[in-house]
Amino acid sequence: MARILVLFAHPALEKSRVNTRIVRAVRDLNGVTFCDLYERYPDFFIDVPAEQQLLTEHDIIVWQHPMYWYSCPPLLKQWIDLVLTHNWAYGSRGYALSGKYVFNAVTTGGGETAYSETGLNRFSLQQFLLPFEQTARLCRMTYLPPYAIQGTHRMNADDIAAEAGRYARFLQALRDGAIALEQTMQHNLLNQMTL
Amino acid sequence: METGSFFYIAFVYLAAAVVMVPVAKRLGLGSVLGYLLAGVIIGPGLLGLVGDERNDVMHFAEFGVVMMLFVIGLELEPALLWRLRKSIAGMGGLQVLFTLLAFFGISLMFGLPWKSALAVGMVISLSSTAIVLQTLQEKGIIKTPAGQSSFSVLLFQDIAVIPMLAIFPMLAEGAIAPTDSHSGGLVEGLSGWAKTFFVLGAVGVIVAAGRYLVRPVFHAVANTGLRELFTAAALLLVIAIQLITSAVGLSPALGAFLGGVVLANSEYRHELESDIEPFKGLLLGSFFISVGASIDLQFIAKQPFTITGAVLGVMLVKSLILFLTGKIFRLGMDQNSTFSLALCQIGEFGFVLLSFASQNAIFSRELNDFLLVVTALSMALTPLFFVLNEKIVQPRIGANLAEDIEPDVIEEKNPVIIAGFGRFGSVVGRLLRAKDIGATVLDNDADRVELLRKLGMKVYYGDASRSELLHGAGAAEAKLLVIALDEPEQTLRLVETAQKHFPHLKLLVRAIDRDDAYELMARGVQHIYRETTDTSLRMGSDILHMLGFRAYAARHAAQLFQHHDEKALRDLAATWADRNLYISAARERIAELEQLIKADAADATLDFDEAWDSTSLREDAIQGTFK
Repeated sequence: MARILVLFAHPALEKSRVNTRIVRAVRDLNGVTFCDLYERYPDFFIDVPAEQQLLTEHDIIVWQHPMYWYSCPPLLKQWIDLVLTHNWAYGSRGYALSGKYVFNAVTTGGGETAYSETGLNRFSLQQFLLPFEQTARLCRMTYLPPYAIQGTHRMNADDIAAEAGRYARFLQALRDGAIALEQTMQHNLLNQMTL
Repeated sequence: METGSFFYIAFVYLAAAVVMVPVAKRLGLGSVLGYLLAGVIIGPGLLGLVGDERNDVMHFAEFGVVMMLFVIGLELEPALLWRLRKSIAGMGGLQVLFTLLAFFGISLMFGLPWKSALAVGMVISLSSTAIVLQTLQEKGIIKTPAGQSSFSVLLFQDIAVIPMLAIFPMLAEGAIAPTDSHSGGLVEGLSGWAKTFFVLGAVGVIVAAGRYLVRPVFHAVANTGLRELFTAAALLLVIAIQLITSAVGLSPALGAFLGGVVLANSEYRHELESDIEPFKGLLLGSFFISVGASIDLQFIAKQPFTITGAVLGVMLVKSLILFLTGKIFRLGMDQNSTFSLALCQIGEFGFVLLSFASQNAIFSRELNDFLLVVTALSMALTPLFFVLNEKIVQPRIGANLAEDIEPDVIEEKNPVIIAGFGRFGSVVGRLLRAKDIGATVLDNDADRVELLRKLGMKVYYGDASRSELLHGAGAAEAKLLVIALDEPEQTLRLVETAQKHFPHLKLLVRAIDRDDAYELMARGVQHIYRETTDTSLRMGSDILHMLGFRAYAARHAAQLFQHHDEKALRDLAATWADRNLYISAARERIAELEQLIKADAADATLDFDEAWDSTSLREDAIQGTFK
């Protein structure tokens, strides 16, 4: 059984219809540690040793966040800046995260087509997430394709509930080893995989 | 109008006060000298607007002293009294004993019989609680070592009056003198043991009533919602103490002080204080006016040199003895000079003892008049002595101090000076120390200074608002001056000094409340830190969190609010200077709160709605208007 750590970053969860629902679906899953960064560090004062300890205790890391201006909310960037220290996460004297898996689980207001060469945003989601991919590489982790819930602006309550359930089932499958991690690389998005 | 009528007397006294006190304050002489001058002007020597009733007024106005001690007691915790016990008994005891002996000797040399000489010694050994405490409070130095020492000595003197009043009848020449109201009606004629029993009983009554009776009574009175009834109850309380203590021959001032201390921990403390305060001020003012009016200018004119010599001689000897006392108790040079010059007059209890003495025929009428004039003049000169101390004595000591410490400072060149290392300044200082930033500390708590020095910090003892001390601490080379003093008065003085002598210094100033902040803004201070704002907002944010707000949303709301509050503060500061003149402090605060709350409602950004809200974005997406 894989141990999963969800690092969740949303500055105004109370205003998000979609994320509220998703969080509720995965927060209490067995074998999944849910870490609500904005709730834990409202002052952006991150407990680095504690976060590093948490990382070492898990096999699969999930950066879960809404896409804000083609990136993550600032606290997650702060988390990356402070927690992934030289000679611990990378560098000649330490690769503490080596061999672990990591991926972004994101929500976007725009649909899939908006994230394409011809769409409003002109680049693919994977392209926008390149900094995360390279961060993972540098730390010798395996970066998996993103899990993306897209077009949230047009979703009604039923759609949202369905997406939340699907995401929860995905994490459970991941936890139970029901997904061959190497095969995920063939997909653009993790949620394209059939469970 | 008939000169004896109540309204006529009230008119003359109040008019004199209203005219003279502002003039004296404008001249930097303090209110006490203003009242005294007002008294001299309306007195028999000059305008002659008041007649014999001034003695009645003075007797009545002595009640102001009682009220003052009650208010002082309210502000004192028993713990502080216990901490001061050494200086009360030690300094007070030494001062009274030495002064008494000195003037006993001097009087003997002038050929007075020993009984009169002893009485003279007792009269002169006392200082003026009313003048000194009022002045120390006005100047904001009551909490300095000099202020605390003065307070201790005055307290001891107030206690010492009791045995003195008991001894006075025994000093009468010839037959046992007739009794006087001051010695107390109830216990007259009882044996010593019985008297002691009654005195202890009275103290017990005051303490017990303060503990168990006053609270429920005030609770009931407060429940009526009638403000004037509360004032009436407060006055009733003080008058009751006055009656009880006089009845057993105890000093009413001491009784009132005791009553105040007992009530210092009660929840009605501030209410009591603000109710008594105006009466206290008016009565004290009347008292000083009566003192001024009792100065017999003709009597002085007849023997100007003798009297001048006597007044200056008394004050000189008293201040020398005080200085010696201060030295024994290791007061610093600057504190000791304030201490000795503050207490070198003869006090209002002198008048009490003198009137007592004349009833007991202890002195000849001439000697009595002479002592009355000397006492009044010495009180009148006290405010001038304070000015002398501030303008001439302190700068010299400061210059010496600066010379002493200059060498260390030059090698150090700390970028930061922290004035005041109490609960506020110490936190700032510890942070700087943790980051290895050199800070020079100025503080006037001797114990703290000693401790910090032991810990290897650069600490200087003294009143930071003196430019010499600032200079000695390296203000010329420093970049930042942190002002974290407890007393707003001192803060303002230091701001003034720093702006005048060290304009390059960036000032970071602690403000106690909004009023303080306004004062500082009016003086152009840029960096003002209201001491409770951050903490209360942090609490507010925690409350929001506990009620279900997300931690970050709560924190963000508090940040927004703080921003808004700062802005409201600046907006209100503009109107503050005008309003302050005609609205009472309490009303002003309420009016301000109203304005603040209205401003809160008007500031739409406080809703915290805009941030991270995608509603409008979603509408655009659904309607396809944004592509």
